[in-house]
Amino acid sequence: MLKIEFDKAQPIYLQIIDQIKKALARGSLNPGDKLPSQRELALTLGVNPNTIQRVYREMEQMGLTETLRGQGTYIKQGDDLVKMVRSEMVNTVAENFINEMLALGCSKEEIMTLVKQLLDKSIKLKG
Amino acid sequence: MVEITGLVKVYPDTRALDGIDLTIDSGKIYGLLGPNGSGKSTLLKCIAGLLRPDQGQIKVFGQRPGRVTKAKVAYLPEIDYLYRWMTIGEIINFVAAMYPDWREDKVDELLKNMNLTKEQKINSLSKGMRARLKLVIAMARETELVLLDEPLSGLDPSSRGKIVDMILSEFRSERQSVILSTHEVGETENLYDEVIFLDKGTIRIMDQAEKLRQNHGLSINDLFREVFL
Repeated sequence: MLKIEFDKAQPIYLQIIDQIKKALARGSLNPGDKLPSQRELALTLGVNPNTIQRVYREMEQMGLTETLRGQGTYIKQGDDLVKMVRSEMVNTVAENFINEMLALGCSKEEIMTLVKQLLDKSIKLKG
Repeated sequence: MVEITGLVKVYPDTRALDGIDLTIDSGKIYGLLGPNGSGKSTLLKCIAGLLRPDQGQIKVFGQRPGRVTKAKVAYLPEIDYLYRWMTIGEIINFVAAMYPDWREDKVDELLKNMNLTKEQKINSLSKGMRARLKLVIAMARETELVLLDEPLSGLDPSSRGKIVDMILSEFRSERQSVILSTHEVGETENLYDEVIFLDKGTIRIMDQAEKLRQNHGLSINDLFREVFL
């Protein structure tokens, strides 16, 4: 499910949460899916089990997962969840892009034109 | 599980430890990081009860390090202490007899994971294989505190990888702590809950690994280089 090349200059637990959210947004992980046990995931990713414990704790607090006693941790059921995660991630990417473009001194028109051009080009490339 | 206050250890030509205050909690992996000669081994030996402090105090499980605490602490020394003429099986039997908390049922699995067999002779093992055997011996005990002094030093990448994997898979986060000393940080980066930078016998930095990454925007390895190089 997860293959992570860590950016070791960032907190590891945040990167793992981010990857799980991405998997959810892409649809490679779905509501109701069971997550590996904490120990298993720690060994797969080669990180401290306490880091994974933190990942699971924070995801539960965010309402991303639920833990059924004796059964394990699952992605929460509900259609809204994926939509929510996806729109949150999309917004973040878009905001980052806009902020960087503005920091480079691009005008609103410039950004709009460029986005449209690049979008047309990549749609054409993908047929 | 360990409380250290004002610890000083003096050798004839140097102050190896120069006022260490340190608390080790249960359930964490600590990285004791510093260049050669920073005092890492001396600190671990003091906790293990092999060296007496010149000043200050150490409490391990509430007691001064000694016979009682040694029975509860697994210590992997940096030196190569394995008798050359023995087989792995003979060494295992030898140490098993010394420790009441030895897990006989665990040993075969650990040896197998390290690609070692009981029939092998110590003098036919490579440096990496001997280092792996030392870790098996430390991890085969049921202890709440594990001290690993430079377990990766001078080994080939494959042995290093195996050792890191075994520390991870055997670490029992509910009730055990591991203190691992090294001057090569890269491969062990993901193991640590807490990081202690030791510099000429004093603590330079001590914090949670994730917090250090967040605050400095650097990996522990890069932070180490920045502080010491």
